[in-house]
Amino acid sequence: MAAASTSGSSRDIGGSGGGLAAGEMEVEAYRRLFPLPFYERHLLDSVRPDARPLHRARDTSIALGPVASADGSALVKIGDTTMLAAIKLEVMTPSADAPDEGSLAIEFHMPPICSPIVRPGRPAEVAPVVSKQLSDVIMSSGMINLKELSLITGKAAWMAYLDIYCLNADGSLFDAALLSAIAAFSHLQIPLVSLSDDGRVVAVSGDLLEDESTPELVNKERKLLLHSIPFSLTCILHKKYILADPTAEEESIMETSITVVLDSSERLVSIYKPGGPVLAHTSTVKDCIVLTKHRMKELQNILEESLSAMEVV
Amino acid sequence: MGAMTVDRADGRSVNQLRPLACSRNILHRAHGSARWSQGDTIVLAAVYGPKAGTKKGENPEKASIEVIWKPKTGQIGKLEKEYEMILKRTLQSICLMTIHPNTTTSIIVQVFGDDGALLPCAINASCAALVDAGIPLKHLAVAICCGLTEGGSAILDPTKAEEQKIQAFAYLVFPNSPLSILPSAPSAEVDGPIENGIITSVTHGVMPVVDYFNCLERGRAACAKISEFHRRSFESQVPGDLTKAT
Repeated sequence: MAAASTSGSSRDIGGSGGGLAAGEMEVEAYRRLFPLPFYERHLLDSVRPDARPLHRARDTSIALGPVASADGSALVKIGDTTMLAAIKLEVMTPSADAPDEGSLAIEFHMPPICSPIVRPGRPAEVAPVVSKQLSDVIMSSGMINLKELSLITGKAAWMAYLDIYCLNADGSLFDAALLSAIAAFSHLQIPLVSLSDDGRVVAVSGDLLEDESTPELVNKERKLLLHSIPFSLTCILHKKYILADPTAEEESIMETSITVVLDSSERLVSIYKPGGPVLAHTSTVKDCIVLTKHRMKELQNILEESLSAMEVV
Repeated sequence: MGAMTVDRADGRSVNQLRPLACSRNILHRAHGSARWSQGDTIVLAAVYGPKAGTKKGENPEKASIEVIWKPKTGQIGKLEKEYEMILKRTLQSICLMTIHPNTTTSIIVQVFGDDGALLPCAINASCAALVDAGIPLKHLAVAICCGLTEGGSAILDPTKAEEQKIQAFAYLVFPNSPLSILPSAPSAEVDGPIENGIITSVTHGVMPVVDYFNCLERGRAACAKISEFHRRSFESQVPGDLTKAT
């Protein structure tokens, strides 16, 4: 690849860019060979190569219910990053030290479809880290009250398996995964169950309700009540700039990232800054929190729109 | 603000750290090693490097760092992988990566005891081991755990029992304050001195934003003390110990 010298010895690239021929190939070559100066030229004008201002996140869309066989599912796209979340519920016996609580198992998968760096024998290093971060945030934010997943105290409770698959990894993986988990929980329809004759809890299908001998239902609630919902925003720090919602290219060039998660009552659920060459001062942290608050309002609107669109259908 | 006295099980005040102990050069085959303990949390870190070659996927124009975390019991799971990643990125930000390009430095962390604040203890141990190995660093990373009780008061360096009872806690890593013989340029101190910047911050549990900034203040003050402790323990090293087989 290129030599480490930044004196711009190639005539095509040029030093200060003055008098550059306007060919597409040269810009692309400059972008690959000198990614950091390429980005810094854009940052001086407070814009990024994809014409976004520094503090704007990419276009976000949520589609509810793409997986018909799952009890709750959602497909979320932030820019090109795509996440598919699906929830399956299963009846199980609750543990002895929490007999009136259900449980939740969260898994995050990065199959090879999502990125050229992931291969079957070489799993992505970030996958277990994002998986753990997701479970920590979802459990500690108190969004799901495990007692609502209980059916019969001490005998039966729901076990919810939440699986999130990354279909396209283009930066901000944690943000998209968290949003898809929340959307899937909002879409979740808990199946109706009743107690069969031999004391087991069985699922009841919709048409049985029309029968005369309606079985006694164990649960009446179909939807899970979500308490303070957490929303997150990942920002990249580079010198004095803060870039919100980075793409994979930006994440690989500028390595310092900070993820702020706030819940709907604006309490801090998590600030995650795993090292990085740029030090975050208090003013930077405050700016990131303000950006996250804006983003939270945007995401709340998008989530409500997609929920109401689903009700209409 | 009125400081509420919190009763801690071991009788410490809210700002008091557990007794720190650091011994270096324990493993003779490793290029550098250090054992760091904060109360009953004991971590041993060993450094091997720089070794030739980088792993596939790493940038060969820079040195790379590899971290292996060995828990005290049990198999390696997601928690260990997360700690490895946080430790790797924290240490990458303090090492001078361009001095030895195309090399790998391995840091192996072995947990001997876990009584709360495990990750900060491991970060402190790894920094001491890196200094023992002679790897060039920009500055040290000094780590502290700061917990937030129900009443909103911040306690430093909680034990495991305290960690399970408190509402939220944060692992914070700051650079240590440089002691330089050159006068620092006044234009460089825009945001405050370098030791006020956060290298790493990992939080668990929900807390109000104001309390997080409060934890940052307490954490900085505590890191200044740990930074002093590092400096004293390095200065006591006998300079005649420079014969190390590489």
